[in-house]
Amino acid sequence: MALLVPAGAALVFLVLPLAGLVVRAPWASLPRRLAQPGVLTALRLSLQTASLATVVCVLLGVPLAWLLARVEFPGRRVLRALVTVPLVLPPVVGGVALLLVFGRRGLLGAWLDTTFGVTLPFSTTAVVVAEAFVAMPFLVIAVEGALRGADTRYEEAAATLGAGRWLAFRRVTLPLVAPGVAAGAVLSWARALGEFGATITFAGNYPGSTQTMPLAVYLSLEQGDLDAAVVLSLVLLTVSVGILAGLRDRWITSP
Amino acid sequence: MTGTPAGTGAPLLDAHLVVQRDGFRLDAVLRIAAGEVVALLGPNGAGKTTALRALAGLVPLSAGYVRLGGTTLDQPDRRMWTPTERRHIGVVFQDYLLFPHLSALDNVAFGPRSHGLSRTGARTRAAAWLDRVGLAGYARSRPRQLSGGQAQRVALARALAVDPALLLLDEPLAALDAGTRLDTRAQLQHHLAAHPGATLLVTHDPLDALVLAQRLVIIEHGRIVQEGDAATITAQPRTDYVARLVGLNLYRGRAHGHQVRITDSFALAVATDDEGEVFVAFPPTAVALYPRRPEGSPRNTWPARITDIARHGDNLRVRLAGPVTAAADITQAAASHLHLAPGQEVWAAVKAVETRTYPA
Repeated sequence: MALLVPAGAALVFLVLPLAGLVVRAPWASLPRRLAQPGVLTALRLSLQTASLATVVCVLLGVPLAWLLARVEFPGRRVLRALVTVPLVLPPVVGGVALLLVFGRRGLLGAWLDTTFGVTLPFSTTAVVVAEAFVAMPFLVIAVEGALRGADTRYEEAAATLGAGRWLAFRRVTLPLVAPGVAAGAVLSWARALGEFGATITFAGNYPGSTQTMPLAVYLSLEQGDLDAAVVLSLVLLTVSVGILAGLRDRWITSP
Repeated sequence: MTGTPAGTGAPLLDAHLVVQRDGFRLDAVLRIAAGEVVALLGPNGAGKTTALRALAGLVPLSAGYVRLGGTTLDQPDRRMWTPTERRHIGVVFQDYLLFPHLSALDNVAFGPRSHGLSRTGARTRAAAWLDRVGLAGYARSRPRQLSGGQAQRVALARALAVDPALLLLDEPLAALDAGTRLDTRAQLQHHLAAHPGATLLVTHDPLDALVLAQRLVIIEHGRIVQEGDAATITAQPRTDYVARLVGLNLYRGRAHGHQVRITDSFALAVATDDEGEVFVAFPPTAVALYPRRPEGSPRNTWPARITDIARHGDNLRVRLAGPVTAAADITQAAASHLHLAPGQEVWAAVKAVETRTYPA
């Protein structure tokens, strides 16, 4: 009994706000509001940037996970700790850090600007960069765990059959850890989709180019349009629950 | 006993394997001719698997060399090393390590494909190999759908499909149950006999070694202690381990005439006239047990204490302590007549003509 009461309170605390969102939604005007060009634009931008960020995470994160899981080198533990920093870093701080590096006067940004005439901040690319920055650790951790769990002797067997490191990785290791990569990619995508702090700091809030769904929710609230904020939130909630349902077997029910 | 196979010039595999790891040193010379099957036999931890992994390039040599078909693959003192994927080898691992995400056909096709064959070419080749091991109907099966014996045959087909100059098998029958093992052993023998390259079989099962190999190399504590054909090894074991494998009592001593002195206080009368260091061997069935000291005919007799009695085939195997340890096989009837039990004092007797003596 002593545990049931706080447990029930926690449950109410977690579920009630979501229920409130559903109850307070302006259901009558929902179709019209969803069809507004601003909503669709923000949704499309969110889906596009989150997907692109996920692609970046997979392309860069899988090799990084392989490095951390399979190659012995000094400072590996430090590196593994560094990789997880974006997990605990407040996203706004991440955004500021990204500005300092990729900003027009930043460490890399200045060079990019003078050499290629490329300015990253406050562009759609910046949204992708910010999202990839916060989402990458999810992928690296998931894939590294899968790689550590995979039996390296399969790679040895592949080598005895004439497969070099790259071929063995592509045809044996990667298929064996594919469930881990998929789970990491979905988690990264969900994290990228909800990304707010780093995005608004590094990419700004320009409708059509950098205004993703979470930013649109925030802007609606700022402008006093609570119904719009609720509708946008409802869309994000639907997408998130959809992902949870998709991952149910792998992540939710596993110990 | 030099390790050079009879009847051939240069062996296909010529290796001196030295692997130094903390607290363990493997130092073994292995030479295998084309078409020859050699069994590397030894107790657990003797270095058998290390030797196999060194030949496959999965463990680096500390010293020595590996030459295969006249090409030097490894030689640390000349800074030569060939990565596993560039060696002409095939390996059958103890638990087969079939790729779980690929069908039996694609498992077998993996090697040919890695060696540059087209997808279709590799699959055609793999299908032919699956047919040869009698699994043509299982091409599309995943490894988890195969029985132990079938998985073993797919693993063999996968290793042979790349036409390896050197085929390595690590305890290929250890994972199978007794019934499957008999059947699979016979098939394995057939395929190994047909393999034109050199074959090294690592096992701790003397039966596998005797059935599958033409020559036995026995390894203990990282060193080769004896090698030769099955007949020589079973007749003339040179270490306690080999003697136990082939079921003989074995002693080392100094011969003088028909006497071989085993310890300061114990000597055996033997059938042959020898001088110098010799081994004396006799089977447990040659040992008779008596409740009192036997009288009469010239025999080796000594007082002994029973340490253990166990069923052995139709007989009982009695382990004896005393001036020397020995094993005696006696019939159930004799055992009940003598009322044998562990701890009991008896007299052991062996006729000189039942002993075999050979130089140490």
